Amino acid sequence: MEFGLAALASQLVVGLSRAMILFIVCAGLSFVLGVLRVPNVAHGSLYMIGAFSAYGIAMRLFGGSSAGFWLALILAPFVVALVSLIAERALFCHLYEREHLMLLLFTFALMLIFGDLVKIIWGAEYRSVSPPALLRGSVSMFGASIPRYNLFLLIIGPLVAIGLWLFTNKTKIGKISRAAAVDREMVSVIGINVSWVFAAAFVIGCYLAGLGGALVAPTVSVTLGMDHTIIIEAFLIVTIGGLGNMWGALVGSLIFGVTHSFGVLLWPQFAIVFPYAAVVIVLFLRPRGLLKSVW
Amino acid sequence: MMLEVEEIHTFYGLSHILFGVSLKVEQGEVVCLLGRNGAGKTTTMKSIMGLTPPRRGNIRFRNEEITGRQPYLLARKGISYVPDDRRIFADLTVGENLEIAARKTRGTEEWDMERIYELFPALKDIESRKGGCLSGGEQKMLAIARALMGNPELLLLDEPTEGLAPVLVHALEEQISKLKNAGLTVLLAEQNVRSALRSSDRGYIIDNGQIRYHGSVGELRENDEVRKKYLLV
Repeated sequence: MEFGLAALASQLVVGLSRAMILFIVCAGLSFVLGVLRVPNVAHGSLYMIGAFSAYGIAMRLFGGSSAGFWLALILAPFVVALVSLIAERALFCHLYEREHLMLLLFTFALMLIFGDLVKIIWGAEYRSVSPPALLRGSVSMFGASIPRYNLFLLIIGPLVAIGLWLFTNKTKIGKISRAAAVDREMVSVIGINVSWVFAAAFVIGCYLAGLGGALVAPTVSVTLGMDHTIIIEAFLIVTIGGLGNMWGALVGSLIFGVTHSFGVLLWPQFAIVFPYAAVVIVLFLRPRGLLKSVW
Repeated sequence: MMLEVEEIHTFYGLSHILFGVSLKVEQGEVVCLLGRNGAGKTTTMKSIMGLTPPRRGNIRFRNEEITGRQPYLLARKGISYVPDDRRIFADLTVGENLEIAARKTRGTEEWDMERIYELFPALKDIESRKGGCLSGGEQKMLAIARALMGNPELLLLDEPTEGLAPVLVHALEEQISKLKNAGLTVLLAEQNVRSALRSSDRGYIIDNGQIRYHGSVGELRENDEVRKKYLLV
């Protein structure tokens, strides 16, 4: 085993860029958990739909051109947002008062349905999305060659974090959703139709799942089953970060992404164990998560 | 008639809490609802606000039937509610608590931040503090201020003096009379009989979920028997 600076740097970038994707997805999951109190198992499916939509737009409609990728990055999350809006108005909005176990079962069922819909629409083959010309290839830093796309992810992640912070702290609907997270009845008493606040919060959370899916598409093979992988990781991350806490989602994602990529350096065959070990340690020390949970 | 509650029966699950409560509030009046802990004051308030809709009976606001309507629709019609436990949004700052409650109406003299801070100057100094970090008195003021931001015609005030220091009780009475002078109609639920009678025009006494007595403030002051029986003063 050799721990050159180059290997460290490149693994760090890989880990961080993975963490950015995880953060975007988990921030959405956590937002929905915090405001609506819905543990949305189908969140991973929306991420998968985001990735497949990006594939559909970038590769099918635009034949893998650069413009196609950028368009997919903008439109795919909106496709997911639309799907989630329909799901929310048709189904979720009747179920908020149910206990968590019922919601868990319901969203699990939704995950199976979404999985089959994806199979019907896009098939079961592995798909890939090519990154745009601007983000192809790699640059050399600290003697390591670092894929440009990963650097792009390192820029997008913080931008999403800032955007979310501005949304929840500086917009009226953001402030209302923070209030609704704690006391939905009182929000209604001051004249706000909570039902629409929930719809908006749900759609925003799911939009982030779609954005994560569209962003991850060029770095992985887009395939059925990517929903399962991400949802397990995402629930662990929001749990160690603190349920409903956006910064918690960021911290959790960084822990998860970075421990995994250093695991690859230290003990490649068992790399997958490292993030889970980190989760166990965190939960031992702070069972309610690292940052303040709204639950 | 601003508010008419007619023979309402309210339940929490299986337990019957209100047994045919009726009361009336005219425009511009301050009416108090007096009673011991657990007499049914809060349930009456919550029934009016649509939080625990009555199973039987009617509630009319400005001669319009509002029984069983959703709280946000009632708020938009012009009813504001200050709960006894205040229920400030703890994660939001004082300013944000007020901001999200702001609701425009056609009225000429609207409540806005500026007017609220004139009424409660203490709130201005703590504008950027989180609601969860306020003292009980500050939370109480904020809860009232937040209700006013909705520009109500009718204010439901549930135990505003509960847990307040005597100095603050006096200050609050002054604010209530200022609100009355500003044309607001108030239904005030209180255990603190003395304070409530100083602010009110008329009063109802509630006990075990039923209205037991109703009269002007003068009558209530004089009627020792009723007060001893239902209020233990």
